[in-house]
Amino acid sequence: MGYPHPSHPRETVVLSRYFGDAGARTFDGWVQRGGYEGLRKALGMTREAIVEEVKASGLRGRGGAGFPTGLKWSFMPRDVVKPHYLVCNADESEPGTFKDREIMRWTPHALIEGCAIASHAIGAERCYIYIRGEFTEPLRIMADAVAEAYARGALGPSAFGSGKRIDMVIHRGAGAYICGEETAMMNSIEGKRGNPRIKPPFPAASGLFGMPTTINNVETLAAVPHILVRGSDWHKGLCLGSPKSTGTKLISICGHVQRPGNYEVTMGTPLKDILYEMAGGPRPGRTFKAVIPGGSSVPIMTRQEAEEALFDYEGIVAKGSMLGSAGMIVMDDTTDMVYQIWRLARFYAHESCAQCTQCREGTAWTTRILERILAGKGKQDDFQLLLDLSENMTGKTICVLSDSCAAPVVSGIQKFRSEFEDYIAGAREPSMAAV
Amino acid sequence: MTAPHQPVFVGETRARLERLFDDYPTKQACLLPALWMVQEERSWISEPAIEEVAGVLGLTPAYVKGVVTFYTMYHTHPVGRHFIQVCTTSPCNICGAEDVVKALLEKTGCRELGATSPDGRFTVIEVECLGACGFPTPILVDDDFIEDVTPDKVPGILQRYP
Repeated sequence: MGYPHPSHPRETVVLSRYFGDAGARTFDGWVQRGGYEGLRKALGMTREAIVEEVKASGLRGRGGAGFPTGLKWSFMPRDVVKPHYLVCNADESEPGTFKDREIMRWTPHALIEGCAIASHAIGAERCYIYIRGEFTEPLRIMADAVAEAYARGALGPSAFGSGKRIDMVIHRGAGAYICGEETAMMNSIEGKRGNPRIKPPFPAASGLFGMPTTINNVETLAAVPHILVRGSDWHKGLCLGSPKSTGTKLISICGHVQRPGNYEVTMGTPLKDILYEMAGGPRPGRTFKAVIPGGSSVPIMTRQEAEEALFDYEGIVAKGSMLGSAGMIVMDDTTDMVYQIWRLARFYAHESCAQCTQCREGTAWTTRILERILAGKGKQDDFQLLLDLSENMTGKTICVLSDSCAAPVVSGIQKFRSEFEDYIAGAREPSMAAV
Repeated sequence: MTAPHQPVFVGETRARLERLFDDYPTKQACLLPALWMVQEERSWISEPAIEEVAGVLGLTPAYVKGVVTFYTMYHTHPVGRHFIQVCTTSPCNICGAEDVVKALLEKTGCRELGATSPDGRFTVIEVECLGACGFPTPILVDDDFIEDVTPDKVPGILQRYP
């Protein structure tokens, strides 16, 4: 299938196979398509065996950090003397990213199945699925699917008659980008402001409600049933580049391409093929200027860097950026880079939780300095000022929100300096009124 | 004089909240869901409603207000009959979101972002990334998520919300 486009022949369609197929949304529809086989298999396995299988598959977190999933699960205490929790991060709000939304809209039971397997693997007494408040349709679909999974015995006191209790609760967010950060998310579930927590303690030691907790992204969890059914060797074999990056990855492509949408590729696929073949290349008469490959929080790549990169965790790092969430923002030669970097800075200034000074002040001042430049009032000193600010916003705060604001600013100045110079020299008309 | 606060958590709404208590180990964790219930029933969250929620969950009103004001989706002021959220973050911005905002402000009669139209029908706000960047520009009208909005589609969309 594929949504919003039919699957491209170059895609490796695993998670997105039933995107656009409304029949896959129901319990029966999912079972007819091979669903819940992974959970049935997992319920007959020990916790350790499941963790080992996922470790061997090479699956890494698909939310942005790329941490090995099996290893994360193995950090959970073996003895369940205190309640353990699983949190599914469905707060997808990284600009450029819209893949988890489609997983929940089209294949809600794939996510429920993955959550159930993970709950069993870490000994969780309950799984909270935290869905951002704006996702009204995924919220509705997921709520219906969870209710159906309970009614059909996949969830509840004895999942599929195994004697193992698996519970799942959907928790609605209320509009805060920062709640996608795992410790902020735990605070939000606890009924608090979504301020990130200092680590350590790490969630596996003291997480939600102070109990051992694992937090995984939607796409990560949705990949787990396939690993259980087809085996870790199958997953490990999905690899065209670095052996440290395995499986398929959903890429959300947006901006100035002919066919924006989600594409699922084997790790290691050349980024050029993704941009030009799958997404259809630039609009007629235009050329690409820049690509932000992993959601807005990663350094901006030039067209040349993007065209030379292999699409996997290591391949993107080798070209100076990060895979992140694989939300890819593509900008063509009509784009005013200074204006767009300002728009990103404004995003982070708005979303800062304001706990840390470097972030609260740094994101706001970065935005204001960029506004000054856009208004034609910039000075040569502003380059150093922005870079100094960014330096103070990197690696110095509780979470990485301020680092994320610094990434496009620093890479933007480095790679598109002449566009800033034009505003400062008055060679370009101001695009904003003076503040 | 404003009318006295009519409690939200009575009857079925109260029962719904109490059923949630089983889903969480603390009552405090029911705060976000409780605030959603208030907003569903009253369309915004008033000071007396904050006091009521605090009482029901065993929290202080100051604490609840701190949480309410952290999250952008809770309204602390009355809003129009239909609440419109437009995404203008970078991916939508480069695809023309600012023109969609202009069209919405003009066609609703809301003079500025955050203001309610004189007929009380609409409030329009700009929001950060709605997570549908491949479908620019997405907007939320109440609970309806609408993709691929362009300025020319705005009048037709507004017609559906009397």
